[in-house]
Amino acid sequence: MTRALPTHALLGAALALSLLAGGAAAQQAAGQPSGAEPEVQAPVPEVGPGRGRLGPGQVPQTNEPHAPTGMPAAPPPVAAAPTPVAPIPAPPPLGDRNQADAAELELQAALRGERIAGRITIPNATAANLIQPAGREWREFHNRILTWVGGVAVLGMLAVLAGFFLIRGRIRPEAGMSGRTLLRFNLLERANHWMVASCFIVLGLSGLNLTFGRHLLLPLIGPEAFTAVSAAGKIAHNFLAFPFTLGLAVMFLLWVRDNIPNRLDLEWVKKGGGFIGRGHPQARRFNAGQKGMFWITILGGGLVAASGYVLVFPFTVTDIAGQQAAHVVHGLLAVLMIAAILAHIYIGSIGMEGAIDAMTTGEVDENWAKEHHALWVEEEQAKARAPVPGAKPAGAG
Amino acid sequence: MARMKFLCDSDRCIECNACVTACKNEHDVPWGINRRRVVTLNDGKPGERSISMACMHCTDAPCAAVCPVSCFYTTADAIVLHDKDLCIGCGYCFYACPFGAPQYPRVGNFGGRGKMDKCTYCAGGPQQDNSPAEYIQYGANRIAEGKLPLCAEMCSTKALLAGDGEIIASIYKERVQRRGYGSGAWGWRTAYRETLPA
Repeated sequence: MTRALPTHALLGAALALSLLAGGAAAQQAAGQPSGAEPEVQAPVPEVGPGRGRLGPGQVPQTNEPHAPTGMPAAPPPVAAAPTPVAPIPAPPPLGDRNQADAAELELQAALRGERIAGRITIPNATAANLIQPAGREWREFHNRILTWVGGVAVLGMLAVLAGFFLIRGRIRPEAGMSGRTLLRFNLLERANHWMVASCFIVLGLSGLNLTFGRHLLLPLIGPEAFTAVSAAGKIAHNFLAFPFTLGLAVMFLLWVRDNIPNRLDLEWVKKGGGFIGRGHPQARRFNAGQKGMFWITILGGGLVAASGYVLVFPFTVTDIAGQQAAHVVHGLLAVLMIAAILAHIYIGSIGMEGAIDAMTTGEVDENWAKEHHALWVEEEQAKARAPVPGAKPAGAG
Repeated sequence: MARMKFLCDSDRCIECNACVTACKNEHDVPWGINRRRVVTLNDGKPGERSISMACMHCTDAPCAAVCPVSCFYTTADAIVLHDKDLCIGCGYCFYACPFGAPQYPRVGNFGGRGKMDKCTYCAGGPQQDNSPAEYIQYGANRIAEGKLPLCAEMCSTKALLAGDGEIIASIYKERVQRRGYGSGAWGWRTAYRETLPA
């Protein structure tokens, strides 16, 4: 074997040895049983002068075992080749070597939350995803988390409101109704409010139906009727998203001016908004509670609408992962908003006498207004007294 | 009863797409809908392999679990089917499906999804077996005729196997043993919580 070595390799080895005799020799002594011809036993580390700088403990890169690329190493030569008793299987194709199998790759992808995707020759590019493990998480969200959060939020809010009604009863103006009214919301404001409200009710019910209907409504009315209801709900859900969003935009423009939080809101919150105790915190056109409702509607509704458009135009904005995420945002925010709006409906109807007038005729009783929006009444009356034609509200007397 | 499964031997699949074509032809699948497709992983690189994929007819099927109208049902052969008269085309089964099997015709408004369509394992739907109504909605019902899915039947390299899970698994194991290698059964861990030796 020594004779088989080319002479230049021997020369190089001799040069390297002479330059860095110490290190190489130490390595030799530590790592390998002593051999008669060290330059033959270690043909690799001596390829260049730089290699010799490695300490005795370090293993040079070129000493790493090679990836099996070619044929397996030839067996040591024997005098007579044995006759194979069993057929020797062909080696796997090059591409298959050292690769994890399908189950392993699936497990890795599932643990990393990654998709296994490739190339596809049909026009539907989204079909190039072979396996998407995230579907399992989405299923968990839809079947468990959303059902629980939605159930607790909606039923919990109903329970809180029922409890509040039993304890506090209907809130009436302390001074009674005066009989004099003043305009709180004009026709545009009221019409827009009811457009958003009616859309929200249909959107909310058809949305709740998708999560809870299978468990609650389906056993009651049977599969055919339930499909008819759900299919109509889906169409309504898709179409009413547009007037709902338009209404949100108009609502924002109409009321944002009066909904900027300020110092008065802190006072209002400190006094419990008049719900707790008998104090009547002052407020301008909207108190802190109403401002909160405004921003819940605008921001929450905006996000619900945006995530909804991602879902109603599948694959236009995002891929499957984006749609799953959009559904999570959409579902969670929607059930929380439904809970919040239940409180809004309560206080605007049976919870407080006189409140509903603001959104029906637009004319609220003066005593109600003075109790809840004293500063706003002062502003309105000051405006009414001011000699500016046209600025006089219709109901201000 | 049998437990029907699909198994694609990716060491044999040559990406000829005959299964895709056979499926479309057998069931008169509309334009734009592919119940079966062939995905090539690591295209042009070492380790390239092609896998023919359709609905795997999962154990504990995610589509059935999330369907808001509960339109899925499982046959005695463990084939996962759905009732198109009940489907509302909401798309939830597509979000949940690990294999991207549910397909939707584009109908009506926006990107609106029509009633979902997917591989039926050539087993039709809830209508009368091999009736014209069943054919229009779901395609041919070969299972009712005692035949296996056409995609696997006409696979030229017999890469795609369909049939009882234990039988096709034993065929695959025998292959792996004879040739000495294999890359496993794609989708089996995800669909059946089961693995085959590579």
